[in-house]
Amino acid sequence: MRLASLLPATVVGLILFFLAFPIVVVAIVSFSSATYLTFPPPAFGLRWYEAYFSNPDWLKPTWVSIWVACAVVVLATFLGTLAALGVARLPKALRVVAAGLILSPLIVPGIVVAIGIYYAYSRYGLVGTPIAMVLAHTCLAVPFVVTSVTASLSGIDPRLEQAALSLGATPGATFFQVTLPLIQPGVLVGALFAFITSFDELIVALFISGTGAVTLPRRMWDDLRFHIDPTIAAVSTLTIVLTAALMGAAHLLRKRAERTRMVTSSAAA
Amino acid sequence: MSELTQPASLALAVRRPRAAPFDWRRAVPLLLAAPLLLYMLVFYALPVVAMLLRSLNDPAWTLANYATLFEDVVFQKTFWITINTSVTVTLGCLVLGYPVAMGLVRARSMAPFILVIILLPFWTSVLVRSYAWMVLLGRHGLVNEALLALGMIDRPIRILNTPLATQIAMIHILLPYMILPIANALRQIDPSLIRAASGLGSTPIMTFRQVILPLSMSGVAAGTLLTFVLALGFYITPAMVGGPRDITLSMLIAQQVDQLNWAYAATLSAVLLATALAILAVARKLPGVGNAFKTSMR
Amino acid sequence: MTGIGTNGVSGTGASVTLSSLEKTYDRANAAKAVDGVSLDIRSGEFLTMLGPSGSGKTTTLMMIAGFETPTAGDIAIDGKSVVAMPPYRRNIGMVFQNYALFPHLTVEENVGFPLKQRGVPKAERAKLVAEALELVHLPGYGARYPRQLSGGQQQRVAVARAVVFKPRLLLMDEPLGALDKQLRENLQLEMRRLHADLGITFIYVTHDQEEALTMSDRIAVMNDGKVAQVGSPEDLYDRPDNRFVAGFIGESNFLPAVVRGVENDMVVAEYEGTLIRALCPGKTASGQTVMLTTRPERLRFADGTWTGSEGQHNRLRVTVTEAVFAGERCRYMLQAGNGTSIVLKEPSSAAIRRRAVGERAEIAWSVADTILV
Repeated sequence: MRLASLLPATVVGLILFFLAFPIVVVAIVSFSSATYLTFPPPAFGLRWYEAYFSNPDWLKPTWVSIWVACAVVVLATFLGTLAALGVARLPKALRVVAAGLILSPLIVPGIVVAIGIYYAYSRYGLVGTPIAMVLAHTCLAVPFVVTSVTASLSGIDPRLEQAALSLGATPGATFFQVTLPLIQPGVLVGALFAFITSFDELIVALFISGTGAVTLPRRMWDDLRFHIDPTIAAVSTLTIVLTAALMGAAHLLRKRAERTRMVTSSAAA
Repeated sequence: MSELTQPASLALAVRRPRAAPFDWRRAVPLLLAAPLLLYMLVFYALPVVAMLLRSLNDPAWTLANYATLFEDVVFQKTFWITINTSVTVTLGCLVLGYPVAMGLVRARSMAPFILVIILLPFWTSVLVRSYAWMVLLGRHGLVNEALLALGMIDRPIRILNTPLATQIAMIHILLPYMILPIANALRQIDPSLIRAASGLGSTPIMTFRQVILPLSMSGVAAGTLLTFVLALGFYITPAMVGGPRDITLSMLIAQQVDQLNWAYAATLSAVLLATALAILAVARKLPGVGNAFKTSMR
Repeated sequence: MTGIGTNGVSGTGASVTLSSLEKTYDRANAAKAVDGVSLDIRSGEFLTMLGPSGSGKTTTLMMIAGFETPTAGDIAIDGKSVVAMPPYRRNIGMVFQNYALFPHLTVEENVGFPLKQRGVPKAERAKLVAEALELVHLPGYGARYPRQLSGGQQQRVAVARAVVFKPRLLLMDEPLGALDKQLRENLQLEMRRLHADLGITFIYVTHDQEEALTMSDRIAVMNDGKVAQVGSPEDLYDRPDNRFVAGFIGESNFLPAVVRGVENDMVVAEYEGTLIRALCPGKTASGQTVMLTTRPERLRFADGTWTGSEGQHNRLRVTVTEAVFAGERCRYMLQAGNGTSIVLKEPSSAAIRRRAVGERAEIAWSVADTILV
């Protein structure tokens, strides 16, 4: 290989190293046997995972996070899928307004959303309840469901629905037997995104989780204020693995959906 | 719903006797979207608007909060730090992101591997990534240890809790937002153009400057604007790894809320939001950027 | 052949009447996509709507299927208006341009789909699906998914699905458009056979005039949202009503001429000093400038062994400007008088000798093949 082509490859390699290394370090530190944060670890062990799994101060927030995220998945997927089906067929002016409202949490700075929600929810005594976390996180998760479902809807040939109608299927039957199975991968991907969005969310949690609904990220944040022992590395590694697994699943679902969709597109070509 | 739509359909029927009676299917899209729209209004939009209104009606209906804000030294300093950090981070992302985007598009068998390395941090929470940089940049962190071992310093230097730490961590976190739009734009360049350019005797560097760079500008613009807007609102990372005196707008807002100083917090929020929206509004006018945004948001 | 074609009423096709059908899209000042189409489609007929894209043929089909609502006019099937009826109650079979097979269902489930909607019990359904697949020569393909089939096979499944519930009317929207030429020609014959077997009414939309000429009982040529002419393939080819039809179906030569006299159903017109006689059942008057049309393969070089009788033929002096040998036939570009281009096609077997470019010649063609449009 000539130097001219080796140099760019090295540069790209170094930048990729910069991207991946911190996360790898966290994973390695989590298996450290040392009682304090040091790298490289003197020896390896599972003590910080034991510390995590044996401490109710960690396990309780974990369950709160899982509970909240699951509730968010149900609510956001249901509302988001319905809305995606509707928004795509609204008249243009209305569609722009609706899409603007639904997608705005992606753009509005997190702190503004968080204190707005805190401001209003505190008036109704919701702060510190898991319900408030579910209600707020759903707003943040919905844009991902709507974009995902909308993308799979726009990939459906409208003639498939026409075909179903021409074959005697009522609009309801057409929806349940044709449209829904075809957008199902998009709905599942949206649901996975919704879970991750809620599970990893911190800013809103900082303001409204109070003492009654401390989530895992909130617990990590509180812990980091005092010490940075490797328990957090263990928790982080677990969340990285969980997130990566869910994202991998989402990726596979999308690939599979693309493959089934190929029929109509290749035939139309 | 029915009270609203029924008369309209009757009017239609009178005008055009042949037209079919009111078609319920026309109302279906709105009925489907309505639950979510109502939900978002009640649990998200109205709370944010109500909070923002405090900047106008506290203590009375007035613009005084904004007038004092712009003379406020703390605000001026914070605003400048926020903009400064965002610009630095965006430039850093651009410099590091463009080569990676090119590498991603050029790579054949390595492409999936590169994509995973880009996406893995992308999918990891901001909290965990900021924590990773605490581990690396701390007094006894890997970076200090490495510099000591190399003999470049003789005692640990302070990196964590400085603006530099914030910038490094934010670049790390925002880099994928720069890489993906640029890679999208690069992927759309017709390879035959590049072949044609080199066939016409242009050197790789000339081809890059005259063909690749201009054609990837829509991706660069989209990535830059997206990165900048996201950087403006950063809260967790500067709070975790930044210096105690290097306060960003988001941190100042949080502080004011802690002190229940709602009018001030709301005014700051309005300014932050308006800045972000103004940049996005400009961005959408740029040719090609709108589309690049849409694809990178997925 | 099977039970599908011969059961009960489905043995006869539905008749379809379009009366002054119009469709305007809501856009301001939009031209009419369909502009006053009236057609009587007979029971059991194979009618093709032929036209360039944007001529309104697909929109008309979509209105018959019920996916578009007419702005004005009426659609009646067997004398009953269906305008207010939703598509799923019309009981019309339809084959779509890209087949629109459900990608998540097997071939069997695709074909069984309309039966399931009609509450046909499972066992009965399986029997009818098998029959339908046999009808399109695809038995044993039931368990596959559409993506596992070739384009031609997908097309056959789409046809099976559209006829399995024994509709009395089958609509087809460019069903062969995505296939290669060879396969298309095979399937054209197949469609004709299917039409004969089922005995139901077919309405077929295409922009391919050859396809239309091969398959149809009658063709409705569409242009600018209107029906330009309806007739049998022979009618349209030999007696085009207007310049559009003459130009759109097959190749045509056009000669601008001035009418000098009308006798019975014949007209005598002058082109560059040459008198040319044409068929024209009384719709012109002396002195009018008209367009005469004739087909390239009806022209002959009028020398050597040519033995046409003078009274029944027109003659014209031309110069050869281009000569192309194309296998079974030779194609000549000729120039007459003031520069009007004329195409002449001559079977290679009939040619006495190849004409050279620049050669002067005289051509002749039958008066019966000369039409005033």
